[in-house]
Amino acid sequence: MGTSQTAHLVRRVLYLVPTWLGLSLLAFVLGNVAPGDPGRAFFTRTRGRPPTPEELALVREQFNLDDPLLVRFGHWVLDAMRGDLGTSFSTRRPVTEELLSRFPATLQLAVAAMVVALVIALPVGIVAALHRNRLIDQALRAASMLGASMPGFFLAYLLIIVFSVKLGLLPAIGRGGLENLLMPALALGLGESAVLARLMRSSLLEVLGENYVRTARAKGLPGWKVVLRHGVGNSLGAVVTEAALTFGFLLAFSAIIEQIFVWPGIGRLVLEAITQRDYPVIQGFVVFAGTVFVLLNLVVDLIYVRLDPRVNLGSRRSLRGDLGSRDG
Amino acid sequence: MNGPLLTVEDLAVGFPAAGGFVRAVNGVSLSLSAGERVGIAGESGAGKSVTALAIMGLLPVPPTVVTGAVRHRGKDLLTMRERDLRLVRGRSIAMIFQDPVTCLNPRLSVGRQVVEAIRAHEPVSRREARGQAIELLGRAGIPAPARRFDDYPHTFSGGMAQRVMIAIALSCGPEIVLADEPTTALDVTIEAQIVDLLVELCDEQQAAVMFITHDLALLARFADRILVMYGGRIMEQAPAPTIFRRTAHPYTRGLLSSVVRPDGAGGARLATIPGAPPSPLALPPGCPFHPRCVHAVERCRTEVPLLLDVSSAEHRCACHLAAELTPFDAAQPDPLGIRP
Repeated sequence: MGTSQTAHLVRRVLYLVPTWLGLSLLAFVLGNVAPGDPGRAFFTRTRGRPPTPEELALVREQFNLDDPLLVRFGHWVLDAMRGDLGTSFSTRRPVTEELLSRFPATLQLAVAAMVVALVIALPVGIVAALHRNRLIDQALRAASMLGASMPGFFLAYLLIIVFSVKLGLLPAIGRGGLENLLMPALALGLGESAVLARLMRSSLLEVLGENYVRTARAKGLPGWKVVLRHGVGNSLGAVVTEAALTFGFLLAFSAIIEQIFVWPGIGRLVLEAITQRDYPVIQGFVVFAGTVFVLLNLVVDLIYVRLDPRVNLGSRRSLRGDLGSRDG
Repeated sequence: MNGPLLTVEDLAVGFPAAGGFVRAVNGVSLSLSAGERVGIAGESGAGKSVTALAIMGLLPVPPTVVTGAVRHRGKDLLTMRERDLRLVRGRSIAMIFQDPVTCLNPRLSVGRQVVEAIRAHEPVSRREARGQAIELLGRAGIPAPARRFDDYPHTFSGGMAQRVMIAIALSCGPEIVLADEPTTALDVTIEAQIVDLLVELCDEQQAAVMFITHDLALLARFADRILVMYGGRIMEQAPAPTIFRRTAHPYTRGLLSSVVRPDGAGGARLATIPGAPPSPLALPPGCPFHPRCVHAVERCRTEVPLLLDVSSAEHRCACHLAAELTPFDAAQPDPLGIRP
């Protein structure tokens, strides 16, 4: 890897700084224009009754809620640079600790869902492309349309009804062994697999029309080698980008599925934080989500260098748009 | 040699497209003997490339409809199963294409793509194949082939990429090489080098060449026999000198008149054929060339001319007027008085 590429990677890491600042400022502002008082919410939740004006003033002082927004933001940024994302209003534990303790569960679920998505998407997409416009292709396209348009929560309840309620095969809630992981991973991964399968199909079809695929056939290579080495191998670029983006979503936005299956991950933590107006946790999550996407962009860049020898990161002659520019 | 290596009998190719059914090839018969160099000339849309792709079985069937027969070693390639056909491709019949840079996979090193071609048919180890590939690249005129082996196609110029394609095509010692406009996308200065290289290497290996081009004059360099195609049909075929000296078909005359002559013969202005080639979506009835032909008579508009012998069985022409028109000699200045 050349020096220009190293420089590019360093630049990518440095992008984290403005990304963090922008995201957390946004989270701060949104949190403060939203109605409701975090101090009151905290008091009510911990004591079971609304605070008196004196008690409210005390609580607000304790959390520095009376300082101007920018001052609080400045404090937060300075602390964050030391790895301190503040203290949760509701649990009084450091936000960093809260996030880190929940991260393994979320990561496990996201990886499992990603595996589900890819294991389904790649073969389905390849088979559909090779049988373009024939019955099997039509059927797979119909199925993936259904999969892509079915909301994850609906699928989640469907799975619970069938496998937990009717058949009693799988536990409906909690984290533990593989049997706990199966349904949430399916509920999260299936919808994504539909999107990835369609992308696999379309990019493979595009590549199969390339002149070098014709050359590969003219050499007398067996059909499967032509398809795998020259077809699939060359169409993975788009799929990898989409898969990385998907993985980001699985890590950052699995809250609904985590909630349904009572999966102790970051998604549930954030849902709780939102209902309790626990700003430090929400901000911490926003920073986490932003970091996930910036780092995944970096990973995709590195994979691209491996996938396509023409890509030179230093000169930004990338064959794709950045992840964030899609719809992040 | 006893009998031709490859015989194409009444080949017709059509495929559905936006706007109707494209009739790209309409009854082409030809043959190729061992070591022979045959040129196929014609404008774009004449069906030259489609003929070559049909021989190789590289057309998507369906939706493409291919009829007729392509006989090679007693077998009809058109009815052969894909898994048997692949043993013919690359080993017995190889093909090189237009626009060589796009014909190489950008993701794989050039050397690997040559090795792949060797190993598709020869049971050799990777290491042996590598040695053979380097030798082939060297013979194809790639400087420092061992060093270039691991380079990727985007670092090759068009001419160098076509040399790689030639190395790939010759890797398994084919008896036939189909060259589909191999120099069209290249600089004129490179063109002659590539043509000479291809002909030289095919001669060394005693491979027959079918060279497709829109440039009839280019074929004068090396072709033994020339076929002129138009509207998916063969218009004229003859040994190369005959095509140039005793041109029978008005279309061939038109092609020859529109060639820039280095000696300035033929007058100041370059003659062109009026009009454009017919759309293969809507071929005219009768002779496909009649709308552009200055000699056309009523019969040309209704009746498709057959490819008939002109002076010998070697020289054939598909024109109702072939017997009436004075033979055209491209070496004479303005033999038909058609140039202003």
